[in-house]
Amino acid sequence: MTYIRSNFRHPALTPNDKGYTIKHYEGALSTLCAGCGHDSISAAIVKSCYELALEPHQIAKISGIGCSSKTPTYFLGKAHGFNSVHGRMPSVSVGANMANRDLLYIGISGDGDTASIGMGQFAHVVRRNLNMVYIVMNNGCYGLTKGQDSATADLGSAGKKGVPSVFDSIDLCELALQLGAGMVARSFSGDKKQLVPLIKTAIKHQGFSFIDVISPCVTFNNTPSSTKGYEWVRDHLEATGTIDYIPQKQELSIDYPAGTSREVVLHDGSSLHLNKNSDDYDLSCRKSAIDKIETVKMDQQILTGLIYLNQSQPDTHGKIQTVDTPLNALSQDLLCPGSGVLEVLNESLR
Amino acid sequence: MKPTDISDPQYFHKVVDCQYACPAHTPVPEYIRLIAAGRYDDAYMINWESNVFPGVLGRTCDRPCEPACRRGRVEDEPVAICRLKRVAADHKGDIKSRMPEIPTRKNSKKVALIGAGPASLTVARDLMPLGYDVDLYDEQVKGGGFMRSQIPAFRLPESVLDEEVNYILQMGVMTHFNEYVDSLKRVLDQGYDAVFIGTGAPRGRDLPDLPGRAAGHANIHIGIDWLASVAFEHVKTIGRRVLVLGGGNTAMDCCRTARRLGGEDVCVVVRSPKSDMKASPWEIEDALHEDIPMFENHNPKAFVVEQGKLVGMLFERVEPVYDDDGRRQLLATGEEVMMACDDVLLAIGQVNAFPWIERDLGIEFNDWDMPEVNKVTHQTTLERVFVGGDAAWGPENIITAVAHGHQAAISIHQYCQGKSVDERPDPQVNLVSQKMGFHDWLYDAHISDEQRHVVPLAEKIKALSDRKLEVELGFKDRQAYDEAMRCLNCDVQTVFTADRCIECDACEDICPTDCINFIDNAEETDLRQLLKVAATQVDQDLYVSEQLKTKRVMVKDENVCLHCGLCAERCPTGAWDMQQFLLKEAKAGV
Repeated sequence: MTYIRSNFRHPALTPNDKGYTIKHYEGALSTLCAGCGHDSISAAIVKSCYELALEPHQIAKISGIGCSSKTPTYFLGKAHGFNSVHGRMPSVSVGANMANRDLLYIGISGDGDTASIGMGQFAHVVRRNLNMVYIVMNNGCYGLTKGQDSATADLGSAGKKGVPSVFDSIDLCELALQLGAGMVARSFSGDKKQLVPLIKTAIKHQGFSFIDVISPCVTFNNTPSSTKGYEWVRDHLEATGTIDYIPQKQELSIDYPAGTSREVVLHDGSSLHLNKNSDDYDLSCRKSAIDKIETVKMDQQILTGLIYLNQSQPDTHGKIQTVDTPLNALSQDLLCPGSGVLEVLNESLR
Repeated sequence: MKPTDISDPQYFHKVVDCQYACPAHTPVPEYIRLIAAGRYDDAYMINWESNVFPGVLGRTCDRPCEPACRRGRVEDEPVAICRLKRVAADHKGDIKSRMPEIPTRKNSKKVALIGAGPASLTVARDLMPLGYDVDLYDEQVKGGGFMRSQIPAFRLPESVLDEEVNYILQMGVMTHFNEYVDSLKRVLDQGYDAVFIGTGAPRGRDLPDLPGRAAGHANIHIGIDWLASVAFEHVKTIGRRVLVLGGGNTAMDCCRTARRLGGEDVCVVVRSPKSDMKASPWEIEDALHEDIPMFENHNPKAFVVEQGKLVGMLFERVEPVYDDDGRRQLLATGEEVMMACDDVLLAIGQVNAFPWIERDLGIEFNDWDMPEVNKVTHQTTLERVFVGGDAAWGPENIITAVAHGHQAAISIHQYCQGKSVDERPDPQVNLVSQKMGFHDWLYDAHISDEQRHVVPLAEKIKALSDRKLEVELGFKDRQAYDEAMRCLNCDVQTVFTADRCIECDACEDICPTDCINFIDNAEETDLRQLLKVAATQVDQDLYVSEQLKTKRVMVKDENVCLHCGLCAERCPTGAWDMQQFLLKEAKAGV
């Protein structure tokens, strides 16, 4: 009886620019149910970080509670990690980000962790436009407590128990848009071709990057009557378009059809090539994005892909004007300049 | 690509690289698992049925399985398959009771086997249980052929060879040892229903035209003849300084034997560069270990004889030049090198010779004066005469001779029953799910990280002072277990059922070696490039499924699949299953 992943990898796989192999980005073997969408998302994160040649020790993964929040154990084993309290991933992320703004923060949450118990925290971290990647592994049910409907279960959708949900669902993308997220996207765990460039974009975006990833729960919510099952989702996907993440040094070699195609340069000089499937909305306009989500929803479809991108608004550090040096790197005398300075400050206020 | 037809046994057979590469198609992973389980008798019998001489081959096989071993593609070294085979032979108990029963009522067919080497003995092994009367002829005093006369006792102890030869002879084979067959016609005239020729390639090449050859005659020996003389103890000593010419395994046996017969200063001289030497790398290694230097690019020019005695050899240094097609030319440099010696052993190749076959019997001979032999049936143009082993198409190795023997026995059996020799029986094939339960498989799916274990050797001083002391000591129990666990169980196949797949990608994500892809179908050459990791090893097949719901297909590159079962482990619907594939080559009458 064994269940151990071999240490061998494909001999043809090469290290990335930083000299790391894909193995350096992997984590422990998943203990989630076989076929869980979350494992595919973990794999997409591993692939994205490997291809971007990020250094694992420059990444912090923070999560709450739930099946989704277990996944940080299963990727980036060499990164920092904090498995926090249910729904409290955002505040831990804010704290960590304030102390060390140089790390990449990947927040992992689920529909329960975000749309129910953590809703308040979620709202505020979006509003602050904290520089982080926020991934919701959204399966529409509470898998860890045997599959009750979550707040993202669609009206009328029924999981394994067969009882349709009587409430309307919360659309986390719309919420994130309303609350001022810099980047909003939706994807599907079964579509890595789309998910990987989205994660890369989210990592490179300076500000709050939100990705709602529909991730079927094979055990409790993969029935024909569920709107979060593999089959239903596959049959009802409507992508905003395709995106290619282009690292800085790479020359663009593909010709895209004019009109629907556009180049977006990100803060670090890398760029996105967006190829929209239709030209009826503006990716940088909140109203237009919400309209598009709703229009597609009315046709019983799920809008996926990059939905909104606004690079112009400052992140939390920009808004509150912190110093460029991470606080944890400042010396004691700078952080706490002593009673003399306090005296002067107090004096100036008298 | 079209969906892979896994109902064709050859598809999964090819995935078991070791078994596929073995001329006799021994089910390697099956017996390695038995060794790991300590079931040495069972492991031995699997071997014995397939390759007849497990103890001999476990020491001397050319091991075509090992370069093919998948383990060698994911790390440095393949599994030590050959030496594990020896473990089964060394550790087994009494297996006499498991030998096939020999019918007391014969089938009234008589077969003559000429030459008592591995090919003939295999034919005897396959035909005796079917009730044939078998007459075995050989000029040597005992059976075994070149296994006895050519392979030195320090590599293959006589007791091991005797045991395995006797298993066959004790089936009731009528032996005619010390009897050189000098006329095939006389054999045919005795009314045999079939005759099998397994006389090997008995003639060692000489350098008859080299100056000094005749004058130095007393100290110039043909390698294979000399080895035979040593084996039968007609020769017990050799000079202090010995030159061995040739770069094959016979040369390695010659030089190592010379070291044990008093040769202190023994060296190997080859015409070609060392990298082109024909000897197996491990045999070269063993010779180097016994302090035998090797000189490359030396072309023999003359035997130097002074006062009627050989004193050395003259060589000319050559320069190897390769053209664009990799063809080699050895260009003379004009530089002459003199090497002093007391004896020279010529191990520069061996050839077939059939002076004893009359040319008017109806056996067609080709331009090289070799009999025409059918590649599949081993039949000559004289219907009841069959040829196998080195005698058929020139020097190969023991395991090839065994494979020939099996095929020839099938033909002889077909022929004696009045059936067409072209009708070949199918192999026995079985495919059984290994699933026991949650995380529980019938085979040990865990992939060991152990590196290849080195076989312990006898102390060099002792080994060199005793010609019959076996150099390799063989794996001990624990080492054997660790080495056996390195086997990837390539016979436990990943079997995919498309209509159960929900395309959750779990298998694709978990696969440690990125073999599995869900992808749009294409032609094979394109598909190979489009996989997650391009499938550049074109001799390794792609396993392509039926079309899935999303119109994609599952494509698995068999190349570096570890057979760890994680795809099946992580599959929520049982679309993947691990199934053990067991193929046993057809044998005569089975």
